[in-house]
This record gives sequence, structure tokens and C-alpha cells, in this order.
Amino acid sequence: MKRCSFKLVFSAGLLALILLSGLLAPLIAPYDPNAIDMSVKLQGFSPAHPLGTDALGRDMLSRVLYGGRTSILLALTATALSMTFGLVLGMLGGYFGGFLDAAITALANIFQGIPGTCLMVAIAGILGPGIPNLLLALFFTSWAGFSRIVRTETLRIREEPYIEGLRSLGARSACILWKHIFPNMFTNIIVLFTTRVGRCVLSIASLSYLGLGIRPPAPDWSVMISDARLDYRSAPHLILIPGLCIFLLLLALNLLGDALRDQFDVRSREVKNL
Amino acid sequence: MKQYLIQKLISLLPVLFGVSLLAFVLGVITPGNPAELALSQGGYEPTPEQITEMEEQMGLDAPYPVQYLRWVGRALTGDLGTSYSTRNPVGEELARRIPVTLKLAACSITLTIILGIALGCTAAAWQGRLPDRIVGALTNTQLSLPAFWLALLLILLFAETLGWLPTSGNGGPRYMIMPALVLSSASTATAARLTRSALLEEFGKQYCTAAMARGISRWRLVLKNALPNAIVPVTAMLGNSLGGMLGGSIIVESIFALPGIGSYALSAVTNRDYPALQGYVLLTGLIYVLITLLVDTVSMLLNPKVRLGGKRI
Repeated sequence: MKRCSFKLVFSAGLLALILLSGLLAPLIAPYDPNAIDMSVKLQGFSPAHPLGTDALGRDMLSRVLYGGRTSILLALTATALSMTFGLVLGMLGGYFGGFLDAAITALANIFQGIPGTCLMVAIAGILGPGIPNLLLALFFTSWAGFSRIVRTETLRIREEPYIEGLRSLGARSACILWKHIFPNMFTNIIVLFTTRVGRCVLSIASLSYLGLGIRPPAPDWSVMISDARLDYRSAPHLILIPGLCIFLLLLALNLLGDALRDQFDVRSREVKNL
Repeated sequence: MKQYLIQKLISLLPVLFGVSLLAFVLGVITPGNPAELALSQGGYEPTPEQITEMEEQMGLDAPYPVQYLRWVGRALTGDLGTSYSTRNPVGEELARRIPVTLKLAACSITLTIILGIALGCTAAAWQGRLPDRIVGALTNTQLSLPAFWLALLLILLFAETLGWLPTSGNGGPRYMIMPALVLSSASTATAARLTRSALLEEFGKQYCTAAMARGISRWRLVLKNALPNAIVPVTAMLGNSLGGMLGGSIIVESIFALPGIGSYALSAVTNRDYPALQGYVLLTGLIYVLITLLVDTVSMLLNPKVRLGGKRI
């Protein structure tokens, strides 16, 4: 194992900080994130409201603390779901080949034949806003990418001599796939997962900003930015603070993905060039 | 080469079929009755008789495969149905709006190519030194900035505070600067990183070692020897970027009030205007497939191994 790089420690620390503040939000937030108080609307920084208030007098600090919870949880769920699905299909297709592989590849090609965001907006738009529909939209637009990468990796590992050896010893396919091919891809999968959670957070943020994802009045960073569309010129802090939070979260995830890639010495070209 | 192109075209047909099927299915899974939706725009409440009549008129009583074939047949002649909200033909509206989106995408991809490759070369030429670190920090920042936030920040800085650029709208080149910057930001970073890593890979090869041993300058090596080889993977990535830009244009067009197909899709979503949305998905799918074909052709032309009849790698 290599020594932990500065990048790894920094990004993991930043991520831990963000996750912890979200986790502890109910304990440390000074106000209810949805408590409206019109008497203090659009205030700047003050001791009573350290990060000011929004157009409805809601406390910005409390909303910022709560602001990442929904999207982080949603991004983790959506990525885990689509990754599991893509992983299974990719491994089956890559290992068995033939008609099954052709069918899975064709299906993946179709889902990748429409730019991700276009399809996501269309699905979220047709099903209507809301968390379950958002989850579906994210799932349908990301499983194909995983399946493709996993398939390529499976194809590569399958040709290794030890797999051939296992086969000639009479090992069952399920056993080879689960006990020998999957562990070989594990570091790739960890790196892929980290990067894709970041991308998923970005998609959720964009959809929520457009009004197709997490809905107001939920305290969410992108909803806060979207809410401030009318007031941000006079009160820039309304978009600066929540935007900075999304930025830091994405930065932490991207850097962590990079650092893990270096740490594990990932060689797969597709994972390398994500 | 001709044979390769024909093969490629044929392999794209199933994808096109699948994309059209997907666009059709999106209309089918629509919650609610399409006939009722078509009639009830603008607060009007149709009677059950009117709905039945509309269902027949829209051919909704036919089984799904028949409906699909009819829909594709009409789509092939450019008829994508009538928008629920504006009552205009969807095809005409998309055709009127596509130039704006294409202009935006063209500006963005040009920026991506120029800035991305320049940054990548800079980073590779000074590998591990200050310029490399600066480029690294910049690309990490670009990849972590949500487009909508970057757009609002740019508006705040360049339009509101400095007053150099117009906030939004469609007009001369000045109106394109901020939208193109926002739309190209993430792909510029990806292109820069890919160029850098491809160049570094080339540096490890013998011809580069030999060139360096002869005392050739690092920049000369990058530009004259390594870049032409390193450009192939970058070209392949640019196709993906263009697809991403089609998606990103939804956000960028809506923030900068550009009348392209992205803002059309968004208004279709808000108005629950499903024919418009179906048409949009079909069109972007078609464009994306064509882009893929174009990129494959270009990377083939750039790669002598393929161009001269060898096996495609």
C-alpha cells in the first residue's frame, strides 16, 4: 500500500466535514430551516443570523447545514442502484458473450444514444417532480455507462490465464464471476463510484435548480439558489453561500476519486480518463 | 475506408431505432390521458365526448405498435405533431430554434478545443512544475462548478458589477461569450486533462526519448511530434462533449434567455407539452448519433493505422 497522499487526506477530510455537518444539522442548526420570519428578510451577516437571511427571513446558516442532506443521500442511493444494475449486466454480457452480450450492448447503446441530461430532463419532466421520479431519471441515465465500463473490464480479466485455469478445473461460472472477476474489478469500482456520486450530485443540483428535482421549500443548496433568482443581484450571498457548498462537495468527491485512482494505481483506461 | 463508413452507418441504425422507441415510450408512460391533456390546456375543461373524439383523432385507440409506426412515419416526413401549449407544429418550432443551439454548441466546442488543448500542452510541457499545478487546480475547479452557479456568478461579475457584457438575450457575438464560456467550462477541463495524459504517454515512447536526446526543445517536441499522436483520444472525447453540451444547453439557454431547443424542452416540461418533449428527445438523439458518426470518421482520418486499411484499434 502506498503512503496516503496529501490529496487523499485533504479530500477525505473535506468530505467528512461536509457529511458531518449534514448529519449533525438537527443538533447544531440555530433555527428551524423552514421557519419564516418576514421581519428579518434579506438581512446580511449578523450575530443573530451568521450567514444572513433569505427573502422569507429564513436563517441561511440553518438552511445551508440542512442543504446537502437530501441530495447526498439521493446521489448515493441512485449511484448504488444504477451501479449494481450496470455491474450485473456488464459482467454477464462480458463473461458470457453471444446473444446476451449483443442484447445488453444494444440496450446500453440506445440509452447512451441520447445525451444524458436531455434524457434526464425528459424523464423527470414527464414523470413530474419528486424524489422517486428523480431517482428513476438518474437510474435510467447512468446504468448504461457502468455496464459498458464493467463489460470492457470483464472481457479483459476473462482472458487471463488463471480464469482459463479455473474453468478447466470445472469451476462454475457464477463462482468465477463473483469470487474471481468481481474482486479484480473492485478498486476500479470504488474509484468509479466516487466519481459518479459527484456527477450524480451535479445532476441532482441541475435538475433541482430547473425545478425538476428536489422541490421548494425543502432546504437544499440548489433550491436555495433557484429561490434566490429574483434577489441575488441585491443580495449575492443568497447564491454565493449555497453554491460554494455544492462546489466544495463536488471538489471533495472529484479529488477523492483522483486520489483513490492514484492510490490504487488503476490501469483501466476508461476509469483513468473519466 | 468506404466500407468502414458503411459498416458504421449500418451499426447506427439499431441505435436510431432504439432512440425513436425510447422517445415514443416517453409519450406512452405520460401520466394522464394525452387526449385530455391536449384539450385541457389553458384551464379549459373538456367534456367526455370531446375527449373520446380527440382520442380517435389522435389515433390513441390503436394498439401501441401501430401508434409507434404511425408516429415514426410522420416523424420521417418532419411532422412531429402539434404542441399542446402553442398549437404550433413541433417540427417547425424545433427547426426555427435549432440554429441558436447549434451556434452556441459551435462556439463552446471551439473554445473547448482551443483552450483545452492549449492548457493540456502547457501542463504536459511543464510536467510537475508550477504551470502544471495551476492547470491542475483550474481543471479541478472547472469540473466541480455547477453550470448554473457559474452562469449566475458570471452574470453577477461581468454584467451586473462591471457592465461589460449583456445579462441575457440573443444578439451579436457579445451575447454568446458568457453562455459559451459556461457551456464549455467542464469539457475544457476534460479535454485539458486528456491532452495532458495522452502527451505524457507519448513522452514515454522511444521516438520522444530520441528527440529529447537530440536536444529538441520541450515545446517543439509537444507541438511537432507528440501532439499529432496524442490528439486521437481527444477527438473521441469531443463527441461526448458535444452530446453533453446539448444537455447543458437546457440550463444555459434558460439562464441566458436564448431561444434554442434547450429552453424549448424546458418550457415543454413546465407546460406538460409531451409532443414537444418527444420531438426534442428524438431530435437530440438524432444529432448525437450523427455527431458520433462524424467523430468516428474524423478520428479514423487522423489515425493512419485505420486510414490505411489496418485493423481498427
